[in-house]
Amino acid sequence: MKEWLAMGGHGFYIWCSYGALAIAVGVELYLLKRGRRRSLERALQHRTEQEWS
Amino acid sequence: MKTFRIFRFASPASFYPLAGHLATISAVLAIVLAVAGLYIGFFVAPTDYQQGESYRIIFIHVPAAWMAMFTYVVIAFWSLWALALNARLPAMLAQALVPTGAMFAFISLWTGAFWGRPTWGTYWVWDARLTSTLILFFLYLGLAGLRAAIDDPRRADRACALLALVGVVNVPIIYFSVRWWNTLHQGATISMTAAPKMAETMLTAMLLMTFSAWAYTIWVALRRVRGIIIEREAHTEWVADELRREGLLR
Repeated sequence: MKEWLAMGGHGFYIWCSYGALAIAVGVELYLLKRGRRRSLERALQHRTEQEWS
Repeated sequence: MKTFRIFRFASPASFYPLAGHLATISAVLAIVLAVAGLYIGFFVAPTDYQQGESYRIIFIHVPAAWMAMFTYVVIAFWSLWALALNARLPAMLAQALVPTGAMFAFISLWTGAFWGRPTWGTYWVWDARLTSTLILFFLYLGLAGLRAAIDDPRRADRACALLALVGVVNVPIIYFSVRWWNTLHQGATISMTAAPKMAETMLTAMLLMTFSAWAYTIWVALRRVRGIIIEREAHTEWVADELRREGLLR
């Protein structure tokens, strides 16, 4: 396992690349989930403002 | 007449549920293809005789670079459609693609740097391919920044569409940079006119990862466009129904 992770001495470069992708995808999916909730809340706010005006 | 039924999805109200269904299918496809691609890439594909194991970065670097370019072309296409026909949905689709395109452009630059170090001996050079890809990343940031700077969504649509159309000229520059200039970056990985230069298993893994990146982009963009539609169509009755379904409105 240790040998496999070392990737023939190139493990640092490979795992930094794949790690960055995993983080980027994770952040994007988290923001997407949060964004949906915010969109619904903004739509609700818009409707409430419209009803009051 | 059946042919024209597809145009009913040009309306945000009709497109919203369709986007939900398509996003679910795309999510499943993206995950399955990524698992298959990573399995073949790490456990089946052989070690490269020149680059050793470091070449395995190709399985994310090339799909990310392709997606960054392709997504920008799609953004330009939707932008042109939105400008020409003054249509709302294409502008929303273009807006939804920007963050994912920026993410892929960043990943392409990042993984390129980590592949370049063991291969070329440096993380970065001001090479034509690298510099034009960096410009692409800045164009994505420009699109996001421009939209954030304009309050009126319709004005923001038009301004972003113009920037997208001007910036699309950079995509062929990126693609042909390795032919037009003498660069450190290698030539095209795959050519339509020549046999692939890599082992079949390497190519299979790379293509699976590319299709996974496509499916991922479709998934995320469709999820994002649903949020955009909800916000922009907040005044409509169908959005009120949606808010009621979510338990936010009585």
